Amino acid sequence: MTTPALSPPIIEMIDIAKDYGHIRALEGVSIAVRSGEVTCVLGDNGAGKSSMIKIMSGLHQADSGVMKVNGVETRFDSPRDALRAGIATVYQDLAVVDLMETWRNFFLGSELRKSTPVLRPLDIEAMRTITAEELGKLGIHLDSVDQPLGTLSGGERQSVAIARAVYFGAKVLILDEPTAALGVKQSGIVLRYVAKARESGVAVVFITHNPHHAFLIGDHFAVLSLGRMSLNARRDEITIDQLINEMAGGSELAILAQQLARGTVPTSA
Amino acid sequence: MIAGSGRSETAARPFTSGSRRALLGKALRRRELSALVAAVAIFILFWIVAEPFRTWQAMGTVLYQSATIGLMAVSVSLLMIGGEFDLSSGVAVVTAAMVTSVLSVTLGLNLFVGMALALGVSILIGVFNGWLVTRTGIPSFLITLSALFMLFGINLGLTKLVTKAVSTPNVAVVPGVDLIQTFFAYRLQFGGAGGPQFSILILWWLVFVGIATYVLLRTRLGNWILASGGNPASARAVGVPTKRVKIGLFAFVGFSAWFYAMHQLAGYNTVQAGSGYGNEFLYIIAAVVGGCALTGGAGSAIGSAIGALIYGMTVQGIVYAGWDPNWFRFFLGLMLLLAVLLNLNVKRMTAKM
Repeated sequence: MTTPALSPPIIEMIDIAKDYGHIRALEGVSIAVRSGEVTCVLGDNGAGKSSMIKIMSGLHQADSGVMKVNGVETRFDSPRDALRAGIATVYQDLAVVDLMETWRNFFLGSELRKSTPVLRPLDIEAMRTITAEELGKLGIHLDSVDQPLGTLSGGERQSVAIARAVYFGAKVLILDEPTAALGVKQSGIVLRYVAKARESGVAVVFITHNPHHAFLIGDHFAVLSLGRMSLNARRDEITIDQLINEMAGGSELAILAQQLARGTVPTSA
Repeated sequence: MIAGSGRSETAARPFTSGSRRALLGKALRRRELSALVAAVAIFILFWIVAEPFRTWQAMGTVLYQSATIGLMAVSVSLLMIGGEFDLSSGVAVVTAAMVTSVLSVTLGLNLFVGMALALGVSILIGVFNGWLVTRTGIPSFLITLSALFMLFGINLGLTKLVTKAVSTPNVAVVPGVDLIQTFFAYRLQFGGAGGPQFSILILWWLVFVGIATYVLLRTRLGNWILASGGNPASARAVGVPTKRVKIGLFAFVGFSAWFYAMHQLAGYNTVQAGSGYGNEFLYIIAAVVGGCALTGGAGSAIGSAIGALIYGMTVQGIVYAGWDPNWFRFFLGLMLLLAVLLNLNVKRMTAKM
């Protein structure tokens, strides 16, 4: 794992633990996130994926362990701190407003304004042009950027949210289950865009419970299970079957396979 | 919400998305457009059935009636677009008038000082409503319902305490009142007595609509208002100060209430302490008929003006047509129902995507 070709990590988590009351959500979790790579974090529901990214994105704070950003020990007190450090999170709900025009969504919270001293009106032309350009780069061509964002498909909306984060200077992009609610075609749109973000040098943290999606795009895989890391491997160190196996909880899957083979489970369609 | 929207886009989407998109776009535009069509239809109806409606005098009266609702409906609609509403907006007008006249008549303060203090009180009421709503997360319905009854009680109680009557102290003889009469209640008279009359309130109404439209569509604040109502959690996540936006909108309702109160004082010298109650619904109806979604995130100031115009035309048109004025309320309710059903359609369509 310490191949000399690897760049120094932009985020490094070392031996992180997090408790909620007396429930241990994370224990001994260590991971390195690098620029120009897609780091996939996999795990079943409740495995600790969200706790981990919430610590990375400043929403929660670790109870013990160290987080380094660009080699410097850091502790984010709020998502704003993380944003300032260039770490943007795109949650499943995307932080978009469906009824508003696409360009208004793209620039929401970071609106461009004309320099006219008194009223400082919006620079609508510039925002519309940039939105069309940035979406064009993802291969999303709208009839008009005035379309309410709610009229775009799920994959397109996801991509708009990602494009927005990248456009506003995210160095680390945390994607929370971006493909979970999408069909195959729509997932393809999102995965292609994740690949583009990686090519532009962004460090992508891709949270998913779909090992197939992860293996399509990932450079580095971490599997969480009951708050601990059960796998931490680079792409050339594992196969998709290993990943699926690890994801499904290894031995549990073996037992299930056995049961199914013996026909003890009814095979109703 | 998004999870649901994602689930539906599977195999069926490629066949339906195009037409569904076009439909939604149409439906969104239809919100104001259908109100405008309704307004034109109502105009034509009364033009046909009521002969007095066809005069310039009637136009002046209709526009004035519209302005009395429309001025407040502007701020009420912005507040609704921002995702909240204010039931105390009707009685808040009376509070502003009462504070002004008690200070400048009963306590003998300079009229302009009284007006300034009343403005402060009005804005504070708005800020307090907004602060409570954003601070506690209690629906604005409950917070402002409480405010409605508290202000209603104060208006009557305080006025009776001071004047032993139920109308606010008369400002007719206070020095400076002629100035505020010109500014807030000037009437442009055409062709001598009995000729058409146009109140300056109509102009102020249009100014309010113009400024609100500009702010909503052309400024960052407008973007923030739309987002605060459309999806407050998302807006917060990208750095929009939704609480401050909402408090500001409540304060703007307070300012508008003060402005309209000054018109009433200037025009009639005194205000009935028990009035105002019920007008909050007229403002909300004008906003909703004009296309404001009760759930926030959609609507326009121009729409509220069309809603107010429908109100003005109907309330006067029924009188001009010689019908029983009681039917007016039925008609208002019907318009509201139609508008709400239309908005529901839009909401459903977005939810499906």
